[in-house]
Amino acid sequence: MSLDLILRIGTKLILPFILLFALYVQFHGDYGPGGGFQAGVIAAGMVILVSITFGLAAAKQVAPQAMVERMIPVGLLIYAGTGAAGFLFGRNYLDYSSFAHDPAHGHELGILLVEFGVLITVSGTMVSLFYAFVERGR
Amino acid sequence: MSAAWLHLPILQVVLPLFGAIAAAFLKRSASAFALALVVSWLMPVIAGALLWQVLTGGPVSYHLGGWEPPWGIEYRVDLLNAFVLLLISAIGAVIMPAARRSIDLEIEADRQPRFYCMFLLCLTGLLGIAITGDAFNAFVFLEISSLSTYVLIALGPDRRALLAAYRYLIVGTIGATFYVIGVGLLYLVTGTLNMADLAVRIGPAWEAQSRAIIAALGFITVGVGLKLALFPLHAWLPNAYTYAPSWVTVFLSASATKVAIYLLVRFYFSVFGSAVDLDLLPVATFIVALSVAAMFLASISAVFEPNLKRMLAYSSVAQIGYITLGIGLQNQAGVTGGLVHIVNHGMMKAALFLAAGAVLLRVRTVRIAELAGIGRKMPWTMAAFSVAGLGLIGTPGTTGFVSKWYLVLGAIERGWWPLAFLIVASSVIALVYVGRFLEIAWMREPAEGLAEAADPPGSVLLPLLILAAATIYFGLDTALTAGIAGQAAQSLLGGMR
Repeated sequence: MSLDLILRIGTKLILPFILLFALYVQFHGDYGPGGGFQAGVIAAGMVILVSITFGLAAAKQVAPQAMVERMIPVGLLIYAGTGAAGFLFGRNYLDYSSFAHDPAHGHELGILLVEFGVLITVSGTMVSLFYAFVERGR
Repeated sequence: MSAAWLHLPILQVVLPLFGAIAAAFLKRSASAFALALVVSWLMPVIAGALLWQVLTGGPVSYHLGGWEPPWGIEYRVDLLNAFVLLLISAIGAVIMPAARRSIDLEIEADRQPRFYCMFLLCLTGLLGIAITGDAFNAFVFLEISSLSTYVLIALGPDRRALLAAYRYLIVGTIGATFYVIGVGLLYLVTGTLNMADLAVRIGPAWEAQSRAIIAALGFITVGVGLKLALFPLHAWLPNAYTYAPSWVTVFLSASATKVAIYLLVRFYFSVFGSAVDLDLLPVATFIVALSVAAMFLASISAVFEPNLKRMLAYSSVAQIGYITLGIGLQNQAGVTGGLVHIVNHGMMKAALFLAAGAVLLRVRTVRIAELAGIGRKMPWTMAAFSVAGLGLIGTPGTTGFVSKWYLVLGAIERGWWPLAFLIVASSVIALVYVGRFLEIAWMREPAEGLAEAADPPGSVLLPLLILAAATIYFGLDTALTAGIAGQAAQSLLGGMR
């Protein structure tokens, strides 16, 4: 089909920008709307787009099912682990003050790590849900 | 060690959370089980230590992230929380060894590690609701426990488990939404989410914002009422308990509804009660009326129920009625009775559902008609069932008697004689449904299908016997249960306007 070519090339062109936008939303979350959740959904959208254009098999080469399912607890582990890291500095759970020389930078670093965990869990969950729906009845 | 001592409140929640994460990585069901066993045995140790801290040094406060309350999230443990935490974690620890056999029967091997993951997540959520002093944080934990509960129920072997879980999902989501709407209204009025701070700020806001506060009380009562299966919001419960894996039912019946009741008590007495004169509103009267309806209608449903698990589920709705009745009575004896019945019913119902699970393990059916003479084949199981059943009726010498004694005292103290009569009358219905099954189990000749039946292995039988023994022990020695419940009731009522 003639449409196919445009779709394929278009998808390939757009993919890096989706990822870039996801990362922008991720790191801009400190200053404006956005953060790990939104970025995770956008990143998962990339895999879904690949699956729609190139088929499920291609999508699973990009994001294997086992990896995607592992991402869910890995992200949570990053989040909970960042919280527990406060214990190492003799502080309370989720207290990031000691992560850097001054508390404000410590908080920034802590939030960054937590949001990174959210990104991984959310994109893993989204892609897993998508795989589960697509594979239903197969 | 001393460092961990200060962090006990957060460890109570974070340890099962890390356990759940670790279980998600495990492939083998045996290692996931071992992990869940270790975590669930650590929980009552922490809860016991917290109770000891509270008894010796007063309420414990833990500031998450080092932020001072009311700005940050505060975990606040007083006598009431510590009591609920100990109940949930102790029951979880006692029944955990039974999980292996029961789950092997009902859930495929490759799904078992995820089952333990979901169980630990559910434990995280339930303990979190009980420990947090922040109204919104309680909502988050409510969602964590609810979502994992839906999965646990849906794992049931029967396809109808899916429908039961879906129904609970819809109802539970409505309940959680109502709760968060109520919390949102309170936040609009007071600008705070910390429960202790709410209690301080609702009073001054009452003049200008009484309608919003009343609406918040209504939303929170209905929302939490859905989660605790307050009659007539209980419709999700019988099927969820019937079709969930047996062991899940044991755990949920002893923990999930109990934690929701705790949340209701916390909001009703500590947050609203200390700020507003609740006698202006007929909430307590409503709760008493609905509780009495639950005690009778759900008990009657239990009498005519042919499925053992569903019979026990209806009985749960009725027994929850006793607890909410005590809360609605709003006096020392009544609230003590309600609080002590949280623990007593938790123990009894866990024993009864565990016995039903043992029956399912051996004879693969829980239809009462097919269980004639089961007592002769599974004597220890049925002996434990009988003891816990007598507790449900309220026989002297069991924990059920202690609860009902306080409830009757509370009703008389209020001057509501007919209510005292109704409490006793509803026990007669319990006698009918428990007695009906006991007659079939003990008096009849064993049915043909039961030829192979025998008592379950020790890992199931021992927790069952411990729970049955606890039903008798705490019926005779009430210092720990009724003593602490009494103190908790005193501090709750003492803070009321």
